[in-house]
Amino acid sequence: MNPAEHFAAPPEWQWWILAYFFFGGLSGGSYAIGTLLRLAGDPRDRRASQIAYIASFIALIPCPIFLTLDLGQPTLFYHMLVDTSGGGLVFKPWSPMSLGSWALLAFGLFSFVSFLGALAETGRIRGASSLASAIRGLPATIWGVIGTALGLFICGYTGVVLAVSNQAVWSDAGWVLGGLFLASALSGSAALLLFLARSRRDVDLDTAYRLERADRYFVVLEAVLIVLFLVAVAVAGSLTKVLGIWVLLWIVVLAGIVVPFLASRVRGWPPVAAPLLALLGVLALRALVIFSAQT
Amino acid sequence: MAWQEKPLGFFTDTSICIGCKACEVACKEWNQLKGDPATFTADSYDNTGQLDAQNWRHVQFIEQIPDNKGTIATPTPIAGGQAWLMMSDVCKHCKEASCLEVCPTNAIVRTEFDTVFIQPDVCNGCRNCISACPYGVIGFNEQAGVAQKCTLCYDRLQGGLQPACAKACPTESIKFGYIDDLHAVADDRLAALQKAGYQKAQLYGRDTKVYGGLNAFFLLMDKPEVYKLPNEANATLPSRNNLPGYVGGVATAVLGLIAGLVAFRSGRMSGTDHTTTGRS
Repeated sequence: MNPAEHFAAPPEWQWWILAYFFFGGLSGGSYAIGTLLRLAGDPRDRRASQIAYIASFIALIPCPIFLTLDLGQPTLFYHMLVDTSGGGLVFKPWSPMSLGSWALLAFGLFSFVSFLGALAETGRIRGASSLASAIRGLPATIWGVIGTALGLFICGYTGVVLAVSNQAVWSDAGWVLGGLFLASALSGSAALLLFLARSRRDVDLDTAYRLERADRYFVVLEAVLIVLFLVAVAVAGSLTKVLGIWVLLWIVVLAGIVVPFLASRVRGWPPVAAPLLALLGVLALRALVIFSAQT
Repeated sequence: MAWQEKPLGFFTDTSICIGCKACEVACKEWNQLKGDPATFTADSYDNTGQLDAQNWRHVQFIEQIPDNKGTIATPTPIAGGQAWLMMSDVCKHCKEASCLEVCPTNAIVRTEFDTVFIQPDVCNGCRNCISACPYGVIGFNEQAGVAQKCTLCYDRLQGGLQPACAKACPTESIKFGYIDDLHAVADDRLAALQKAGYQKAQLYGRDTKVYGGLNAFFLLMDKPEVYKLPNEANATLPSRNNLPGYVGGVATAVLGLIAGLVAFRSGRMSGTDHTTTGRS
């Protein structure tokens, strides 16, 4: 197979996009984990689930800000949704960026309601007992499942945005990037929730233990996809672009993958250190993919 | 004379380009483009560098001359392998345009002349089109905050004029007209060159093999890659990765959800009294 040749110019997607990919992934992943904890059915996981929904919404808040700041014309951000030339709304399902704009809007609604619900459950919103009771039972489950689908879409579509291009690396690994970002978002979110759980006194110890186990499963999934990504890029002849000067970032990525397995075996290791390192690894992976293709 | 609403475009015959850059100057003058600050490349007579927001025409200089060791990287079949290839590069106004496909705001439209046009008042500067264009044609104008490229002088076409670059070209290397007419001219010219022994001469974008056909197509004196043009195998639309990208994502999501459920539903720690994670 002949290597792919690319003559595309870099779009100069830099720090704002990296920040969006990172926080968007954490938001979608945390929401999914919050729902999974509820679906697992153990009432002792309730507190962790509430934290997951709250973390999801807080992580989501800066996302539209990052995206808007990255635009050349930030005041025209609404052009992503409104067709100012033809009238009506602009919705292009074959353009991942268009689809993602709508998904972000929809997920914002789901995340916000779940955030309010989680706050209401904890009694932190006055007079919100009616809301808390409204979001119990089957409607809450359906709401959570739809929100999870949207959240997972937010985790993964960012990879598809990169893949649907003619850039080296991104388009070379077109079938892997969506999955890779999704798996990495799940592992990062599990690490974030683990960090929050270990920083607090009110999360069930056993829930934290099982979060740790979930994190390890997600990391394995992520590691497999990283290997597939490297294979796809190598086959296309772009491997040198993602190696070379990016060695330092790869070391951080590797550390983030290894640390969930080693942390429990190392004595004197601060309990929040491992999740923080894992989060750094998630950030480094996105930085690698975004920046390496554009240099 | 007003132009009919039929496909219009360029046929650029690189065999008679002399690298005078009149097209670049005319383009900048008409479209009020300042140009990029001058840089010294030190390895070519090409000091424009690339197509971008300020360069909507770019005369490529492909200097196929011996290096220090006397070897020629891509020798031509004539003149002992030496040649200076020159090509006035421009937006191809593809029939199947990658930029138009991915643009999330509908800022990029196809005009009544079948050309591809970026509406500056609709573009919000997301730069997705830059990521998608396989020719590196589109650039980002930092001052205006929008993506820019050749408009095929849409304003001049509406006034019944021809694009500035074609009008300025002294050798008629850049020919402008209705695409059907240009195809006939290109076929004749290719036949004449091949008869004269230029076996590597070929048309690029004349047929539908590259992005469904190009409304700015070329007669090349060497392989497309030499001119930084993707060959047929590499001329692929961004949307080819839509389905595989989402399928990969869905498969990973399913695996991730199963993994999460297995982790959360599995037996709890043995011997635990379910205390909380508070640090002592």
